[in-house]
Amino acid sequence: MTDNIRQIAFYGKGGIGKSTTSQNTIAGLAELGERIMIVGCDPKADSTRLMLHSKAQTTILHLAAERGAVEDLELEEVLLTGYKDVKCVESGGPEPGVGCAGRGIITAINFLEENGAYEDLDFVSYDVLGDVVCGGFAMPIREGKAQEIYIVTSGEMMAMYAANNIARGILKYAHSGGVRLGGLICNSRKVDRELELIETLAKRLNTQMIHFVPRDNIVQHAELRRMTVIEYAPDSAQAEEYRTLARKIKENTKLTIPTPITMDELEELLVEFGILAGEEDYQKAIQEGVKAPVGVA
Amino acid sequence: MAQNDINKIKDHAELFHQDEYQELFAAKKAFEGGHSPEEIDRIAEWTKTWDYREKNFAREALTVNPAKACQPLGAILAAVGFESTLPFVHGSQGCVAYFRSHFTRHFKEPFSAVSSSMTEDAAVFGGQNNLIDGLANSYSLYNPKMIAVCTTCMAEVIGDDLQAFINNAKAVGSVPQEFPVPYAHTPSFVGSHITGYDNMMKGILSNLTNGKKAETTNGKINFIPGFETYIGNLREVKRIANLMGVDYTLLADNSEYLDSPNTGEYNMYPGGTPLEAAADSINAESTIAFQAYSTLKTREYIEKDWKQTTSVVRPVGIRGTDEFLIKLSALTGKPIPQELEDERGRAVDALTDSQAWLHGKRIAMYGDPDLVIGLTQFLLEIGAEPVHIVVSNSNEVFESELRTLLDSSPFGQGATIHGGRDLWHLRSLLFTEPVDLLIGNSYGKYLWRDTQTPLVRIGYPIFDRHHLHRYATYGYQGTINLLNWIVNTLLDELDRNTIIPAKTDISYDLIR
Repeated sequence: MTDNIRQIAFYGKGGIGKSTTSQNTIAGLAELGERIMIVGCDPKADSTRLMLHSKAQTTILHLAAERGAVEDLELEEVLLTGYKDVKCVESGGPEPGVGCAGRGIITAINFLEENGAYEDLDFVSYDVLGDVVCGGFAMPIREGKAQEIYIVTSGEMMAMYAANNIARGILKYAHSGGVRLGGLICNSRKVDRELELIETLAKRLNTQMIHFVPRDNIVQHAELRRMTVIEYAPDSAQAEEYRTLARKIKENTKLTIPTPITMDELEELLVEFGILAGEEDYQKAIQEGVKAPVGVA
Repeated sequence: MAQNDINKIKDHAELFHQDEYQELFAAKKAFEGGHSPEEIDRIAEWTKTWDYREKNFAREALTVNPAKACQPLGAILAAVGFESTLPFVHGSQGCVAYFRSHFTRHFKEPFSAVSSSMTEDAAVFGGQNNLIDGLANSYSLYNPKMIAVCTTCMAEVIGDDLQAFINNAKAVGSVPQEFPVPYAHTPSFVGSHITGYDNMMKGILSNLTNGKKAETTNGKINFIPGFETYIGNLREVKRIANLMGVDYTLLADNSEYLDSPNTGEYNMYPGGTPLEAAADSINAESTIAFQAYSTLKTREYIEKDWKQTTSVVRPVGIRGTDEFLIKLSALTGKPIPQELEDERGRAVDALTDSQAWLHGKRIAMYGDPDLVIGLTQFLLEIGAEPVHIVVSNSNEVFESELRTLLDSSPFGQGATIHGGRDLWHLRSLLFTEPVDLLIGNSYGKYLWRDTQTPLVRIGYPIFDRHHLHRYATYGYQGTINLLNWIVNTLLDELDRNTIIPAKTDISYDLIR
């Protein structure tokens, strides 16, 4: 059933642009004629809005909470068809402050499997919030699910921390299951020396930077209209970037077991690229009480 | 009164009638501010009314005495049918203690199952270390040939990845690489014990048969009993197959495990289907399941992955047994022997002997979906009329199958299927629309006490009567057993109702 499907997952720090990047990439893949399903694994349920042109689609867990049990749902109620016939489903999650979002993802993916959502597809794409922190958020990288993970990151320090953490999660499952790292996607924040920095990080993690997506305001314009750039401005340079990323993912054969680095190594890397000061400078700065010059927000 | 005289130890049933206990109970009630007997009677009477029934059926968020158990219970019953197999429940210890005692109370046999003993720290950090240590300990202490792992709700809520954990446990040497450790996810917040049985059976079969597909078939028929608690049924199925000369594999045979001879020596793993035979089941001609709703995923897997035909027959009653024999004959080309035809004739004769007492009797029953369908098949054959059918672990496909069966007979017209309801609902049904007979497990004794509806104990669990699980309900002989239990319960009741001298005893007859 799922033998010939390529199952991929997008992980990354919250707010890094996973949902935007993944949906634009999926739009590019759909243009190439691939049959795709997106499984949103983020309680915010924004992994499919650009495909469906809707605020947020009804999630599996929302409907399950209304009905009383997930068994009372029909697949057609939660599996919608969006741009270029891409199938869209959102796991959803509990209200903030109650319940367990990870358990929600497990429940939702089990529901999809049992109800035959994984039929007649070339790609399944999971869009997962944040780090691999518990069994629920690891669900998409388990045996029989996503085999390729793409980490969306940028040259910002915390995004790279998160990327390294996710690599640790993948490593944990790589030997028991078959999950591999497909590459880092740099979603540019216009940080100094970003391209080299992410390329170096990729090398240290034993992977590649599969694509550097430049920052362009057109992405925000498209988002306001609940569209991917490929749909909103098909002839723009940014649309072409996403098409290139889609093509690279389609042709990607460099699937590796990551070699996450230690926190010290990561900090050294940041110092090397001038993002962090060295330990001596750091201590000196504290003692002198250095503050940002006036006028810098 | 202290029991100092060892020759006059009072039994539990008498002990508490003594003054000191009666005073104690009265004092406790006074302390707790208990209601007066009049008030209790008033409320008790109200619970018998239609008004109460309507409120009872409007219940949404409360279940009282559901007629079902949780998934791992079914999973470990499936596991112990295989040779030297230790059921291993990944989760908290209390759950496993409960499963073991549940079976022991029914079968009156020891039941071995281990747990990974997860506590608060495992709930936070994941249960991988518990599983790794647990597998290593189980393997070295209890010397099994297979360890079948299932889960409790706790492990499922935190999303423990069994396959990865087992692979990791093997990688660090908890058990040898080639040692079979099949697994099943068995969260009890969905499904019931029959779902758990299904999940574990599928898990074990897919593990054992992996890479065993041969070019040709082995000429055998696989039998899958489902969540079967009548040891007599397994023995009856084997006897019938042997009489017909059919080569079979029972997946799996827990009859020895749950009813082993007392030799004075303790054997941890009596009997069971040899692992090799189970592995070869992938090469059988066909698979017959005796229950549908406890084998859904297993049969789907067998059809899809083994490319093997499957069918469901419930050998209950005359028609059900006929269907089984005809199916077996059609699959193997073997004729049905005269001995079985004679048994059929005897069973039909027995039914006609009792039919006058059974015709038109109104019946309430509850239990698992397949049990209820089997009983309905039989009741319609003897002209009894099912009225209330309660199935807590119901589903839509089952309800439409049962409805079709009921619609096929004039005796089935007055039946209502109460899917997803519990025994407290049934209590209201019995008060407002009384019946002649109730069929169910031991929990039915509370309904018998409250409503005085005579109870025939058929189902699982039966804790308060002995040896019923040793009998068969399958085959022509099982038909006679069912008939025996049902008709003689009705006749006992008739005696009780005609027992007052010079008033009702004009019908207190010697001959029934």
